[in-house]
Amino acid sequence: MNKRSHSIAFWAAVAVFLVAVLSMTQIVRNEYPFFAGYVILQFIALAVAWSILGGYAGYVNFGTNAFFGVGVYTAVALFKATGAPLVVQIAAAAVVGMTLGFGVGLLTLRMRGIFFSIATIALAIIIETFVMNWRFVGGAAGIQIQRPPVMAPFDSYVKMLFFVQAVLVVIAIAIARYVQNSRIGRGLQALRDDELAAECTGVPTLKLKLIACMISGALISAAGAPAAMYLQYADPSSAFNLSYSVSALAMALIGGTAHWIGPVLGAILLGSTQQLLAVTISSEVNVLVLGIMLVLFVVGAPKGIIGLLRPRYRLRAGGKQ
Amino acid sequence: MNTAAADAPLLQVGTLTRTFGGFTALDNISVDIRKGERFGLIGPNGSGKTTLINCISGALKPQVGSVVFCGEDITQLPPHLRARRGIARSFQIPRPFRSMTVLENLMVGLDFAAAGPAAAEEEIAMSILTRMGLASKAGAASDTLSQVELRKMELARAMAVRPKLLISDEAMAGLSSSEVDEVLDLLISLGEEDITIIMIEHIMQAVMRFSERVMCLDAGKIIALGAPGEVMANKRVQEAYLGT
Repeated sequence: MNKRSHSIAFWAAVAVFLVAVLSMTQIVRNEYPFFAGYVILQFIALAVAWSILGGYAGYVNFGTNAFFGVGVYTAVALFKATGAPLVVQIAAAAVVGMTLGFGVGLLTLRMRGIFFSIATIALAIIIETFVMNWRFVGGAAGIQIQRPPVMAPFDSYVKMLFFVQAVLVVIAIAIARYVQNSRIGRGLQALRDDELAAECTGVPTLKLKLIACMISGALISAAGAPAAMYLQYADPSSAFNLSYSVSALAMALIGGTAHWIGPVLGAILLGSTQQLLAVTISSEVNVLVLGIMLVLFVVGAPKGIIGLLRPRYRLRAGGKQ
Repeated sequence: MNTAAADAPLLQVGTLTRTFGGFTALDNISVDIRKGERFGLIGPNGSGKTTLINCISGALKPQVGSVVFCGEDITQLPPHLRARRGIARSFQIPRPFRSMTVLENLMVGLDFAAAGPAAAEEEIAMSILTRMGLASKAGAASDTLSQVELRKMELARAMAVRPKLLISDEAMAGLSSSEVDEVLDLLISLGEEDITIIMIEHIMQAVMRFSERVMCLDAGKIIALGAPGEVMANKRVQEAYLGT
């Protein structure tokens, strides 16, 4: 009944958000807010993308850093080889991320619970080792990136990246929202609750898990693609840093995974806190805060922020949105 | 028994064998189940009843033998494709989708197994719930249900697959005698609308009242197959099952 009006409200909010982001880049002169904001947006995209497999399907993926790093290095390799523009780098990263998601999913998604998680950790290590030995992209020492000239209407590259990441966030959210409200979402929810019962009720569990893994992988890699341009530098140990996995997971869980808004809230809350702490105290405190908040939420609010806001929150209770 | 029926049996289980390591759970089981039949499956604990229906529903694959459903060999099919062909089951220990409401639990089957227009799905789900006496619980969270309601929801969810064959795995275990009658009446009424039902049950009155034919398993072998009265009178059944 109100599905349509929800959709209109959603896309209106998206339009307002993008216009606000774009006007910000035109009005605000100081670059720092964009520098910090980029990181928050990146984490929103990562948390939302992670949640498609980790939240909806309940398959806890510790390999966010693998997909992220693959995104970074797809962009780096492509840029170095052909000088391809940013949009092409991101699209290529998404394709590679999706392919990786398919391959990894096929190999690991038959495993349940902790075994799947361990397999995804191994994945990151394997790929990182490979990149470390790949001389073309700088190997273990990393690689400096010379940014190309910025495009109109932006006056700085960081501002442009901020806008690009905002668009990636919107894409991630729109896809997560679509998945959640579609048949796929219902099937993922069913298999998360009980895989055998889902299978016996007609849900093609392996296929749905593969789809979730491919979408999630594509979005994570896409979100990682602009990182090298952002830092003007890439090296394997930061691109494949385990902290991406921990952060994405923590943000999604703290926000709540039953609805796409959960990871968004979690990422905004944790991402801003981290940025604030990095400036006021030290960047090392970040990790501590992340850990403490995760523990607090696991104990006090296992369904995350959205669980606190709406007790007994349900994916499809009443009107969808 | 049924020589008049020209059409092939709905389900043909042929020389099915399933082992777990050195333990033979099913040993060369062959049985045909007719369209519309109410079939009782009994046997002591560990006799292979659940293994048999796991092989029929696809949760397990047998090492030897075949399962033919509606003339099609489905031995190698995954469970979800069997569900789409019309095999639905309930579980011995209820396995609801806990994060969903009762209605949503049914919608899963209607969404994935039973092809039909999406608009009518909610109506169909409601009509199944009404039949099961769960209509008032449609919006309730499935983890707030009582034991008997959970059992009924298991059956309702299986019905949402729009099955030709419904397998009920001890749907009455742990229920009071009035609740047993309630669930049994439901199963019998389902049987009257052309759904073939295999019922696993330990409660003898229920098996006797429900079944047109009863099969008794012991240690993975069929020890008796026939009319309920005959099977109950069988000496081996009494020894194995009733422990006399």
